Amino acid sequence: MSAAATTPERSMAGRSWRHAMRDYPLIPLSILLVALVIVAELVRPGTVSSNWVAITIRQAVILAILAGCQTLTMLTGGIDLSVGYVASMAGFVTATFVQQPGGWQMGVAVALGAAALAGLVNGIGIGIFRVHPLIMTLGMGLIVFGFANVWQLKNVQTGAGVPIEIRTLGVGLTGDLVPNNLLVFVPVAILLILGLRRTGYGRMLYAIGDNPIAARLSGVRSWQVLVVVYVISALLAALAGLLQAGLSNVASVALVNPYLLPSVAAAVIGGTSILGGRGGYSGTIVGALILTVLTGVLSTILPEPWRQIVFGAIVVLVAAAYTRVTAER
Amino acid sequence: MSAATAHVEQPRQGSSSRVNTFARDNAWTLSLLGFLAVLLVFIKFVNPNYGFGSMQGTATSILPLALAAVAQAVVVISGGIDLSLSSQMALTSCIAATLMKNNPGDGLAVGIVVVVLLIGMLLGAVNGGLIVLTKVPDIIVTLSTFFIFAGFALLVSPAPGGAAADWLKSLVVGALGVDFLPKAAILLIVITAVIWIPLSRSKLGLSLFAIGSNQLAAFRSGVAVNRTKVLSYMITGLVAAFAGLSLVASTGIGTPVPEPTYVLISIAAVVLGGVSLAGGIGGVFGPIIAVVILQLIRDAMTFMQIDPNYGLVAQGLILIGVLMVGSLIQMRRSRA
Amino acid sequence: MDAGLTGSAALFTLNPGERMTLTATDLLLEATDVSKTYGAVVALRGASLAVRPGEVHALMGANGAGKSTLVKILTGAVTPDRGRIVIRGNERTANSPAQARRNGIVSVYQEPAVIPDLDIRDNLRLTDTPVEAFRHWLSELGLPNLSLASLARRLPLASLRIVDLARALALEPDVLLLDEITAALPANLTERVLHVVQQRRDDRSVIFISHRMIEIAAICDRATVLRNGETVGVVDVKAGSEDTIVKLMLGEGVTSVRRDDVSAAAVNSEGQTARISARNLSASRRLRDASFDLYPGEVLGVVALDGQGQDELFDILAGGERPSGGTLQLDGQNVAFRHPADAIRMGVVFVAADRAEALLMQRSVRENISLPANARIRTWGWINLGRERHKVDGAVATLQIDARAGSEVRRLSGGNQQKVTIARWVAGGVRTMLCFDPTRGIDIGTKGQIYVLLRDLAAAGAAVLLYTSELKEIQLACDRAIVIFGGEVVAELSAADADEAALLRAAHNLKPGSALPEQLVAASSAEKAAVEAAIGEAAPSTTMSES
Repeated sequence: MSAAATTPERSMAGRSWRHAMRDYPLIPLSILLVALVIVAELVRPGTVSSNWVAITIRQAVILAILAGCQTLTMLTGGIDLSVGYVASMAGFVTATFVQQPGGWQMGVAVALGAAALAGLVNGIGIGIFRVHPLIMTLGMGLIVFGFANVWQLKNVQTGAGVPIEIRTLGVGLTGDLVPNNLLVFVPVAILLILGLRRTGYGRMLYAIGDNPIAARLSGVRSWQVLVVVYVISALLAALAGLLQAGLSNVASVALVNPYLLPSVAAAVIGGTSILGGRGGYSGTIVGALILTVLTGVLSTILPEPWRQIVFGAIVVLVAAAYTRVTAER
Repeated sequence: MSAATAHVEQPRQGSSSRVNTFARDNAWTLSLLGFLAVLLVFIKFVNPNYGFGSMQGTATSILPLALAAVAQAVVVISGGIDLSLSSQMALTSCIAATLMKNNPGDGLAVGIVVVVLLIGMLLGAVNGGLIVLTKVPDIIVTLSTFFIFAGFALLVSPAPGGAAADWLKSLVVGALGVDFLPKAAILLIVITAVIWIPLSRSKLGLSLFAIGSNQLAAFRSGVAVNRTKVLSYMITGLVAAFAGLSLVASTGIGTPVPEPTYVLISIAAVVLGGVSLAGGIGGVFGPIIAVVILQLIRDAMTFMQIDPNYGLVAQGLILIGVLMVGSLIQMRRSRA
Repeated sequence: MDAGLTGSAALFTLNPGERMTLTATDLLLEATDVSKTYGAVVALRGASLAVRPGEVHALMGANGAGKSTLVKILTGAVTPDRGRIVIRGNERTANSPAQARRNGIVSVYQEPAVIPDLDIRDNLRLTDTPVEAFRHWLSELGLPNLSLASLARRLPLASLRIVDLARALALEPDVLLLDEITAALPANLTERVLHVVQQRRDDRSVIFISHRMIEIAAICDRATVLRNGETVGVVDVKAGSEDTIVKLMLGEGVTSVRRDDVSAAAVNSEGQTARISARNLSASRRLRDASFDLYPGEVLGVVALDGQGQDELFDILAGGERPSGGTLQLDGQNVAFRHPADAIRMGVVFVAADRAEALLMQRSVRENISLPANARIRTWGWINLGRERHKVDGAVATLQIDARAGSEVRRLSGGNQQKVTIARWVAGGVRTMLCFDPTRGIDIGTKGQIYVLLRDLAAAGAAVLLYTSELKEIQLACDRAIVIFGGEVVAELSAADADEAALLRAAHNLKPGSALPEQLVAASSAEKAAVEAAIGEAAPSTTMSES
């Protein structure tokens, strides 16, 4: 709108932190994270140890991967509510293959294949049939959950246990210091961050989320972008499911479901807009760390109910802060 | 986006006899009703023992879900969405069950019900107020309050427990006089009708549709957009409190852990029931019928000795399938 | 303030003599010293507006002059930082349209304030509009047979605007504010609207906003002109006052672009294959039978009144819509675009008028310019940032984009935003460019730059098709022009012949030599057909967009 009547009369003082938060959200987020760690240490001295760090990271990694699914899909203006079910399914299916011909490797392959199929159907529904992402992924979640339950009944006799290799990946430490699942996560994270920033495909995610009409006018066929993003999202979810199965040594069809809403929250805290076109994965990683540390800190000082209340309050406060600083003008 | 309503026949101007208009406005709901009838006949066919007694059981078990769908429908029509619905149900049910634990007299129990309903509206006001004040998208605000309300539910009653007044329990179990009138169904219809029918005919009701349909046009038409939005969440909270009470009535206790499926199924039912997720289109009776259909499909599969887990698959497939076909028809039409 | 302009025919509100004769009680509405700042942007700085009872008062100003902000303040959509609004002698404040209505101000916008998912009757109920009065005005405005049971979503935009106007009239406001309501309205309805507005002369007034000088001249008594957020003059509208108004709107030191600035290249189309050759193209009900040729090395102007099928024509050429009939040839080959990507692959690129439709507002200038370069699957891989920067910088330099505020395109000025939409294609090399009113709402300096660029592109061998709503621009930028009327190409003029008068005649489908219509054109038969098509059409494009 009114474009000509621009006169730069900025009051720089109160504005600079806003600019910082808008353009470099990682800085205030990291400050928040460090503050939380300090609080944890102050409240109960000795809390922060290498062991504590390893525990925190192991959980944060899973949340961060699932939040990656939300980041990618939210950038396009969508959301993926099927990640919890897909992740649980992947962990569970892998476990059922332990004593089957082909072993757990076969299980992983089947799990990834099933996940990719679920993502493909999501992508087709959203990209080609223009079904609302919320509904499409919700319906797909129900379907995956249903099939996983059926699979469970069929395989209950053969027995299911989390394969030792997945266990090692989930809880093991390399050199007694670095959690193995972090070693899995780092390349994934680098791939996502660089993929979003430095590839044509990453640009397309932002483009169709920011303005689908402009993207179309520029020759983008958005269904192609969407189909691919939901497949990637489902594969990431499957990976998170494997890691969680390894971490908890449990294979259950509902194992990862409680992560669903926190995964959205982590992406939001990390600065990704649910309306699309704005955000990135590095913020999401910090967001996942903040939520994990927060849960940990709160569990040492607050009973469960208050933990949930503070958790919710922080999500809405951070989201409100973003809305304020990114508001027009 | 309103794929479900895309089926509705294009009205022809002028041909506005009352019956036609009614049929046109409610075409989707009517076809859902038709499908429901077919489904019931089918169930009777595969399970000849399915009778009025079974229907009473079905009605009791569906009641909380159906009320959740009504609650969700109100807020979706006005352009929002409420993910905190199941937490609201958990919190209100815990408050009710805890207050009724020591067997209060009937009069006091009625007072408790009223208090719980007011608390439901308060929860809705919190949701709506936060959305209006912070301008954060509805989905994020209600995601946050999902945790907040769940936390309060745990504060009220750390474990499932409490009790329900006897008259409350008797409201939802069994039949009203004759076998084919399950009390739960009657209650559902009464609650919904008492809230929705006056609402949909009032200016507030029009305003709900207006802000869901086109917020800018509503604002320019003189609708108080923010106030209407808060009110829509308050109505949702009120119905969610009814849903919470119905949980207490049917289970006899309050459960502090929210069941996320209530949110998911309520959204699915709302969309299947002909409400556009974009807002502005739909009603509450379609979603109720959709809930019943979704539940009966699972029952039918049980009777057919199919693994009930396929019921979930079927629910998901119906949800996706209906929307895909709907948008396919819409695309065809816009191309033609 | 603006002392240099006192020599003109304007009567200034600041002129003491004027003040003396107009005491506050003589005025129906008086807004004084109204200011509004959005963040860093000053939209209004002490603007004023005085409306006498019974007059039709025009509010004029170039885009960005503060018109729309003043309208929003008067209608309660925006609260001013400072300023007084006095209606019939009482100071009033309005924090919402509902409150403004109680103060006696009702407005009708270009986007009708009608709820798409409610029927007309419910829309009336929502605004407490008396149905009988509404019906009366509806038939006055030429839609007596509209059913109140029809869903607003299913009515064409023109009808909705009439509904909105009839509703506003039925509310009997002291001040009726009409914001660009004749834009894209069929001629016969426009005539009706203007007639009704003009007839409504009691002690109540109309504030009329329109870009069409001809309408201002036809129905307005006085005009207030805004520039840069200030009131720069009040003019009695009479014959010849258009020049005064335009001068006031433009201010000093700004002259319009001249052809001399633009390097004209003579085009010889003899023996050449047309880049685009359209034959009998038709689509929906608006575009009926359009045929023309566009040659390499030329800028071909397209002239049409609003809604004559030009939108559909450009949509087809850019691959956004498929024609329902006719053939399209590119370099002599038949083509059928199914998606803009097809057109782009064949070198046909499109610059839209609506920047909100073309830009990724939250993304950077660089991402916006390199967007088409990454659109296809095989370009989804690693981006060579060095090469990209080279290309983007080149395009930024060519178009002289001021990209200092480059982290988000939405922070750029309108002119710079429009340049970004063009730079996007220049960066990749242009063969055929379709420009749909690319200079809409941007400052005159940028306009000139865009014309120079289009001429340069043509000189380098590109074919440029330019639709513009400002007839003066045809002679400035084009080699020749075609005129579309009622969905058909009805005339072709060389640049030399395409002066404003000739174009206006042709755009109204009048034979050369006949008199220029005094205000509005009598409906010819072809026009009637076009109007009927526009009214009868219930296309999805008429549904309202959220903003």
